[in-house]
Amino acid sequence: MANSEQEILAGLGEIIDEVAGVPADQVTPEKTFVDDLDIDSLSMVEIAVAAQDKFGVEIPDDQLKDLKTVQDVIDYVRRADVSA
Amino acid sequence: MATDRTRVVVTGLGAITPVGADVATTWEALKAGHSGVQQLTDDWAAPLPARIAARAAVDPATLIDRVQARRLDRCEQFALIAAREAWADAGSPEVDPERLGVAMATGIGGVASTLSAQETLREKGWQRLSPYTVPMLMPNGAAGWIAIELGAQAGVHTTVSACASGAEAIGYAIDMIRSGRADMVLAGGTEAAIIELNIAAFCAMRAVSTRNDEPERASRPFDRGRDGFVLGEGAAAVVLESAEHAARRGATVYAEAAGVGYSSDAHHIAQPEPEGIGLKLVLGRALADARVDPSQVVHVNAHATSTPAGDVVEALAISSVLGDSAPDVVVSSTKSMTGHLLGGAGAVESVAAILALRDEVAPPTINLEDPDEDGGLRISAEAQPLKARTAPRAVINNSFGFGGANVALIFTEA
Repeated sequence: MANSEQEILAGLGEIIDEVAGVPADQVTPEKTFVDDLDIDSLSMVEIAVAAQDKFGVEIPDDQLKDLKTVQDVIDYVRRADVSA
Repeated sequence: MATDRTRVVVTGLGAITPVGADVATTWEALKAGHSGVQQLTDDWAAPLPARIAARAAVDPATLIDRVQARRLDRCEQFALIAAREAWADAGSPEVDPERLGVAMATGIGGVASTLSAQETLREKGWQRLSPYTVPMLMPNGAAGWIAIELGAQAGVHTTVSACASGAEAIGYAIDMIRSGRADMVLAGGTEAAIIELNIAAFCAMRAVSTRNDEPERASRPFDRGRDGFVLGEGAAAVVLESAEHAARRGATVYAEAAGVGYSSDAHHIAQPEPEGIGLKLVLGRALADARVDPSQVVHVNAHATSTPAGDVVEALAISSVLGDSAPDVVVSSTKSMTGHLLGGAGAVESVAAILALRDEVAPPTINLEDPDEDGGLRISAEAQPLKARTAPRAVINNSFGFGGANVALIFTEA
């Protein structure tokens, strides 16, 4: 089941609102997690686990550290969808 | 007054208890004799011999930002709420962060988080554990969160001595200021232990009341009908400050935190020593440390938990140490209303003792219908006015914990 870019963005918005308290409408593709959204590494772990539940895509720790922006996560999930 | 050491004063109070969501409502409820004890309707309580407890007057999670609340154990939520109130009450001052400390105690810390994390681990695997699991279960988590919020860099401490923990934290804070490590310390105690395991474990000790049909009458310290304590939850905090620092910033002073005494029973891990040797020691040491004469003491907020073994020993020890002035001393157990907050008890009861001194009235000990041996002290089911004195009046908070830990704090009119 492939996720569209819009579905992933909306899903990430919900997750980040829940985990880090950042309103979903501020979660836009160009935002960086650390500097723009003020999300720390512990919260990134929660976001990754929640993303796995929502999108069915596992994000290993060694990949997670390279996902700096919202777009990075969208791209990662879409690539994983294609290869799945 | 002696001036050869730093005087410590109280400039802020905060509390969230079974009888009120803040200091003002808690204090009014205590003076009016309101009980916070209720029946436990949870399914897990049904098979237990004790099915009563004193839950906090409000759900702490509703008073904290949603995202922060899910990273905090309930005991940390209570502590943060009490700390915020105390800090605001002290005027939310701009202070040197390196001279501001935190001492927030707990008896057992984030035990509910520990248990739910274990459940998550077993059912869903380690990946589903919150990355905040460790900070939620560690006993010093509450102190850490408060220090972050206040920017306190003088030190962040957690004293752990079961039911004496909260009082020990306040004693530790007094010592931090006296020794020159800090100008201000936010101190207190918290507990959130009304869960299946704790109630069951206290039942296994035969330590808790099983007066399930009359929850509001179950906690009855000093009454011959007492049959154990009632578990409570919540937190309280005080802002302590050197008198000089308080004067410099024009702070409102509630009382002087005049001294603290410590002793240990070295007798039994969970039962009081029947002669009250450790209790007499702790009271004598507190008076000496505070440089207070027994004749100045007008009120004791007793540890008295409503257990058959503990209350009379304490009354007799107080009477013995205060001697001739004992008949004028009003002894109250606010646990008759709040239940026993374990690590939060000493902090809540210190707040009550400080307000008793301010308002010149001691709260009642409710459910006192058939008084047990009282050593000639004034123990009453009604609120009592405090006696006038020529010297500054003093009040005492007693807190005794499993493990034989005894702490007595003395507050005097500033």
